[in-house]
Amino acid sequence: MNLAIINFGSGNLHSVHKAFENVNSELSNPYNIVVTNDPREIQSADKIVLPGVGAFGDCKNAIYNIEGLHASLEVSVLKNKVPFMGICVGMQLLADLSYEFGTHSGFGWIPGEVRRIASSQKYKIPHMGWNELRFSDHKLFDGCEQGSDFYFVHSFYFQNQKSEHSIATTKYPDQITAAVCKENICGTQFHPEKSHKNGKRIIHNFLKWRP
Amino acid sequence: MLKKRIIPCLDVDNGRVVKGVNFIDLVDAGDPVEQAIIYNAEGADELCFLDITASSDNRDTLLEVVKKTAENCFIPLTVGGGVRSLDDISRLLHYGADKVSINTAAVDNIDLVAEAANKYGSSTIVIAVDAKQTAENQWKVFTHGGRKETDIDVVAYCNEVAKLGAGEILLTSMDRDGTKSGFDNKLLKAVTSKVNIPVIASGGVGNLNHLLDGILEGEASALLAASIFHFGEYSIGEVKRYLADNNIPVRI
Repeated sequence: MNLAIINFGSGNLHSVHKAFENVNSELSNPYNIVVTNDPREIQSADKIVLPGVGAFGDCKNAIYNIEGLHASLEVSVLKNKVPFMGICVGMQLLADLSYEFGTHSGFGWIPGEVRRIASSQKYKIPHMGWNELRFSDHKLFDGCEQGSDFYFVHSFYFQNQKSEHSIATTKYPDQITAAVCKENICGTQFHPEKSHKNGKRIIHNFLKWRP
Repeated sequence: MLKKRIIPCLDVDNGRVVKGVNFIDLVDAGDPVEQAIIYNAEGADELCFLDITASSDNRDTLLEVVKKTAENCFIPLTVGGGVRSLDDISRLLHYGADKVSINTAAVDNIDLVAEAANKYGSSTIVIAVDAKQTAENQWKVFTHGGRKETDIDVVAYCNEVAKLGAGEILLTSMDRDGTKSGFDNKLLKAVTSKVNIPVIASGGVGNLNHLLDGILEGEASALLAASIFHFGEYSIGEVKRYLADNNIPVRI
């Protein structure tokens, strides 16, 4: 079984890779983890992870500039229904549209838009640090406690068009989507790779996930 | 609710911790990786390495420290000290840093802030500001580890780097650093009341009450401390329990 972590030059690639390696090594049937941007390797993967930090437009362009990368993701995720996890901007890219530094179209895999969090003296932007998670009944949160803390760092959030696609929320100051899921596609706004034990639990659950 | 962050900082010289403490479980008190692992287990919200290696030839030793820490600690890691260019940032991120702090290089070349934030994302770029009071309610930016005075106003500078895309400010009071007399809360408040990005308070912590004041009076988003943790005066857990008892939201 192969798990592909998509390498398009994202800053958190190394952290994501190390955290997945760490959790994976504790499984009785570990995955073979590959860090890749090779369309062939992506199409033969049994699970796919898309990390992402930075601006939406930059991440999107970096992905589209690698020949065959986006197309191979669409084949695997949309056609072959391979379980997929996007992290932070890797999750926001699933939206139809983002308003970060202009207007950019996203993958359009989960309907909704990416909008800026309103800042104030009390609510600084980026929303940076540990915040509480409220989640619905989903395999991704097996063994997690309601209200436990996860590490966030973002200035924009995913406003889902359909509330059923939002499977977890946090508050800053309003309720914002912290995780999404639609069929075989899931994503987290928080960083599981930086969320200590709670984050490792999410990674474990994704590795075990059979949507 | 968003939690106030407690960040232990390790000064690293030639890959070894300066001012290290002999934790009971530590095999090698000078090994930053071992100390980082202990802070991680104790509940630190983030870790910070400050590279104080004088010679740039020896800076590569830090990269190995960063790499090993990132393999063992799954919390955010900020690395600073001697960061001069986009290449320096790129290298640290590649080895596993989550955020990179820039100090003197940002003062020398303010364009670096925007370039770094655009390339790596605001969340990755911490601007470290060394501040010294020069008059009543006035602080100036100092560079080169606090040795060189500039004519730059701290509040104006913090606002500028925030506008250019910095994700966070690490604000150190040079007047208080090492004195154990508490944060300069007037300085903190002057910045936190004017700047809309998170501010990490640094310099002067000597006891638990100082940490509480940094949040209540300075309104900092996060608290950085070195010696109170290194010398084993307080554990991360003790700090968090004290803050929680005083109704400060912390991750326990």
